[in-house]
Amino acid sequence: MTATIAQLEDASTTLDDAKAQPEKTELETKISVHHLDFYYGDKQVLFDNTLDITKNRVTAFIGPSGCGKSTHIRTYNRMFDLYKGHRAGGEILMDDLNILDPKVPALELRHKIGMIFQKPTPFPMSIFDNIAYGLKLHGRMSKSELEGRVEKALQDAALWNEVKDKLKHHGTALSGGQQQRLCIARALAVQPEVLLMDEPCSALDPIATTKIEELIDELKSRFTIVIVTHNMQQAARVSDFTAFFYLGKLVEFDDTDLMFTSPSKQETEDYITGRFG
Amino acid sequence: MNNIQRRKLINGAVLVLSTMAALLGLFMLVWILGDVGIRGAAAMNWDFFTQLPTPPGTSEGGLANAIVGTALMTLVAALIAVPFGVMAGTYLSEFGRHNTMGTITRFISDILVSAPSIVIGVFVYLILVRSLGHFSGWAGAVALAIIMLPVVSRTTEEMLSLVPPEMREAALALGAPYWKMMLHVIYRAAVAGMITGVMLAIARVAGETAPLLFTGLNSPYWMHSMNEPMANLTVTLFDYAMSPYDDWHTLAWGAAFLITVSVLTVTIFTRLVLRNRSRH
Repeated sequence: MTATIAQLEDASTTLDDAKAQPEKTELETKISVHHLDFYYGDKQVLFDNTLDITKNRVTAFIGPSGCGKSTHIRTYNRMFDLYKGHRAGGEILMDDLNILDPKVPALELRHKIGMIFQKPTPFPMSIFDNIAYGLKLHGRMSKSELEGRVEKALQDAALWNEVKDKLKHHGTALSGGQQQRLCIARALAVQPEVLLMDEPCSALDPIATTKIEELIDELKSRFTIVIVTHNMQQAARVSDFTAFFYLGKLVEFDDTDLMFTSPSKQETEDYITGRFG
Repeated sequence: MNNIQRRKLINGAVLVLSTMAALLGLFMLVWILGDVGIRGAAAMNWDFFTQLPTPPGTSEGGLANAIVGTALMTLVAALIAVPFGVMAGTYLSEFGRHNTMGTITRFISDILVSAPSIVIGVFVYLILVRSLGHFSGWAGAVALAIIMLPVVSRTTEEMLSLVPPEMREAALALGAPYWKMMLHVIYRAAVAGMITGVMLAIARVAGETAPLLFTGLNSPYWMHSMNEPMANLTVTLFDYAMSPYDDWHTLAWGAAFLITVSVLTVTIFTRLVLRNRSRH
């Protein structure tokens, strides 16, 4: 069953994608979540979430506000470490390493797992320095190499042509959509394996949203992408797999096309058809 | 119709009253500044900036030592208060938001901000003047630093708290350790406000007299080190204004003028710099 989906997928994805990895027919799991629970102090907000995130695919998390989808995605890079009383149970395996194990250094983990937030967050520095910041964190490099990597990252984020003449300008001078692509470029520059996107388009206008969606489509051949979205059309457009969360539980997780055409659970159907949420 | 007329009447009355209040405030300000400006400017000459004070009756005296003394004590005070203030503010904003230590520190800072400066002068007198047996520039600088400290720490805290949490998360999500995130991203985002805080604190202590009466005291001579009583503009202004001599009165006006102009310059300069930065 999964193999057939994968073959269909590959036939429909872009040509150069197929050229780059001709034998890619098997789906590989990148992140494997087992019985994930999450607590804000005494209050439990995630209950026994179990799912697999597929490598080089886009997985979308949908569900009504407060259903735990953002909380879930933020466990993948241990962002909750920052806050007192936030803790997770269960395990999250990435390449057979349990991310939740306190012995796994969060800094290295976040090097491998980039994150894009709802609000664009350009740092108070030039466009160039915004991208260079992450690169400088992870080792020294020559000026020319740095310049090359910054350009590459901006090209990957489809922003290069718009900013190549104003790299010295302040990052905050860009438009909202450009700022978000700057943040994506910044995350891509350190060459992560996984890209987490927490409602990346909810603060953007439709045109900027389309650009980001096109970008996601281009990036998925090289990165594993997990996107949280309020927008079901967006989930249907960009994702290969969709997970529906409700009240902290993973209600349904399936191939996106199946999910939106014939969901197996009544709650999923109600949410997708707009009966609640 | 009657109702509308009544409203118009009240509106007019309030407008007249508030305009008058504003004009009164403006009038007092212009009066003070004008008086200080006219009388102080008359005292401005080369001697004022280069000569030591002279006994009453000789007209060529100046306040060179007091100018240097005030500048020096304010500078040393800032050098003590700014690092401590910034670090305390960082603690309050980053680690002490909800814990007991943070709450206590914040409470004490607030008390310290509103404490009469003469109390701080007496305190430093007890620990640094009485125990060492003499007044000194160091004691003066420490007293000024204590006045600056809570202003700097509270503005630092406020400015850091204004940086959105997403900015912190974004930097940490790139794999930055907490201290690099603070140093490279968060301070940079908050720096304009933090500088304003420091400048306001400097402007505040530059005009302080009471704490210096007990600590730096005053002196008619050039200082050889900060270990001795130190001349300063505010105490000199106080002494000279109280004296019965006309030429000392002139110097007092000059000191008042210089203090006012310096504080004004610092404030305006800070604003200009910040405006240019934010436009950039």
